Amino acid sequence: MMNVEKIRKDFKMLENTMQGHDLIYFDNAATSLKPKSVVDAVVNYYEHLGVNCHRGDYDLSFQVDSAYENARKGVAEFIGAEEKEIVFTSGTSASLNQIAYGYGKFLNQGDVILSCEAEHASSVLPWMKVAEEKGCGIQYVPLDDEGRITLENFKKVLNDQVKVIALAHVTNVLGYEIPVKEICALAHEKGAVCVIDMAQSAPHMKVNVKDLDCDFAAFSSHKMIGPTGVGVLYGKYDLLQKMEPFMLGGGSNARFDMCGNILLKDAPYKYETGTPPIEGVLGFHAAIQYLSEIGMENIHAYEKELHDYAIEKLSKLDNLILYNPHADTGIITFNVKDVFAQDAASYFNTQGIALRAGQHCAKLLIDKLKTSATLRASLYFYNTKEEIDTFVEACKNATIENCLNVFF
Amino acid sequence: MSDLMQDPMILRQIIMDHYEYPRNHELTHDENYMTRHMASDSCIDDIHVESKISNDIIEDIRFDGVACTIATASTSIMSELLKGKTLKEAHVIIDNYHAMIDGKEYDEDLLEEAVALHSVGKQANRIKCATIGWKAMEEMIAESENHGK
Ligand SMILES: Cc1ncc(COP(=O)(O)O)c(C=O)c1O
Repeated sequence: MMNVEKIRKDFKMLENTMQGHDLIYFDNAATSLKPKSVVDAVVNYYEHLGVNCHRGDYDLSFQVDSAYENARKGVAEFIGAEEKEIVFTSGTSASLNQIAYGYGKFLNQGDVILSCEAEHASSVLPWMKVAEEKGCGIQYVPLDDEGRITLENFKKVLNDQVKVIALAHVTNVLGYEIPVKEICALAHEKGAVCVIDMAQSAPHMKVNVKDLDCDFAAFSSHKMIGPTGVGVLYGKYDLLQKMEPFMLGGGSNARFDMCGNILLKDAPYKYETGTPPIEGVLGFHAAIQYLSEIGMENIHAYEKELHDYAIEKLSKLDNLILYNPHADTGIITFNVKDVFAQDAASYFNTQGIALRAGQHCAKLLIDKLKTSATLRASLYFYNTKEEIDTFVEACKNATIENCLNVFF
Repeated sequence: MSDLMQDPMILRQIIMDHYEYPRNHELTHDENYMTRHMASDSCIDDIHVESKISNDIIEDIRFDGVACTIATASTSIMSELLKGKTLKEAHVIIDNYHAMIDGKEYDEDLLEEAVALHSVGKQANRIKCATIGWKAMEEMIAESENHGK
């Protein structure tokens, strides 16, 4: 079992207060807090390693190279991939853009890309661009009444024209897990590739890309207790080899001449142009080690427990609208009746509770939930039932009067 | 300023009233009006503001859209406050409004009901809600002034 009290001691940010209250950080879907071991790994690079990677021929440089490649190995093991299939990027958005840029070149007029209405902008917009340039169509997998993607609905829109399926493993607004493995199997029968946005799944559950058999995956270090500015693009190796990088320059080419002949390195290096955030990659490695030590299964189970505990209490409040009581992860999307989301968020702020108001970048979904904005509380493994109790009390008191009183 | 205007209860009621019954809350779509769509500042507030300015007088201001209490109330109050004013008068009011929002010295009497928003800066991220409609109006005033040149 997890010792949450002990875990919380590793997260210095949790010692902070906000508006005079102990910080209750419920905005983990946006980004996560970092444990000391991650911060230490970043500092260690600056204090003891310091030099560039893939460059010099001296000891320090060799050490940095080894540490950097070890991180790649760590990430590969974490998601069940091979090292050479792991590309370090600046984050999920960069990974998804690279995939759309690279694979989009193989699409032709009339081909179809499948997305859904709950997708994050970073998952759908790059493909909209490809569709526009290539004359492809984008179709959306219909969501069921709860806002979920079901296999039945997926089958309804899958046809021979579909060449790409770009979906989130777990959506950032409603927190539902989609049946990736089954979707990939069906897609492959039709010769389509699956691009899975794991920004909200990799931090919270065990993922194994080989078992799921997705063709591409993307996720961000910062959402899984690692540094910002680092992310992962996973791709099956032959696909990575086949695609072109959208950036060229130092580090990714083997040689070039002035006649315009460029020989790129093999994947993953051909995608890693320029000096990467080395400290970020090393910090990310520490993050993955930290998560693995606790165990992703334990993290997932604990978050589920927290989620169910919260939902049980929140569903008793008649001033709340809960949009996703059956979420598979710790994402709770709700509104306080008759209070605009942003007004309520300011009230939670005065109670020291960090949560997000907004459309969470999934603007398309608003039509489904029939609301212009929602509040989102998103949990992680360092949150506690006591924090949820405080949150539930705050929900009770989030009247329009109290929401306006925060201004006086 | 009367003592009434110091009372948080009253100030809250002013905001509520403008939120529930926003004034000038219908667009004309008249081509003699200038218009601004304010949606890019934050994810949520999404309003249209229209205004008709002729001979250096703000003849009409209207707005519509989806917005929080602060954005709705501040725009509604602005529309009442600036309507009928000369551009010169409007500039003074706008400057005072910003001074108030930024926590500086300002003339309460000029701002009338807008003083209800005097401490919106307590929630730093909401300042943009309190200024979204005002910003639209400032842009349209600038546009009309540039036309005159
Ligand atoms: C589902 C999903 N996809 C993509 C992203 C983008 O991640 P990043 O901002 O790290 O590029 C996010 C983050 O908000 C997300 O939740």
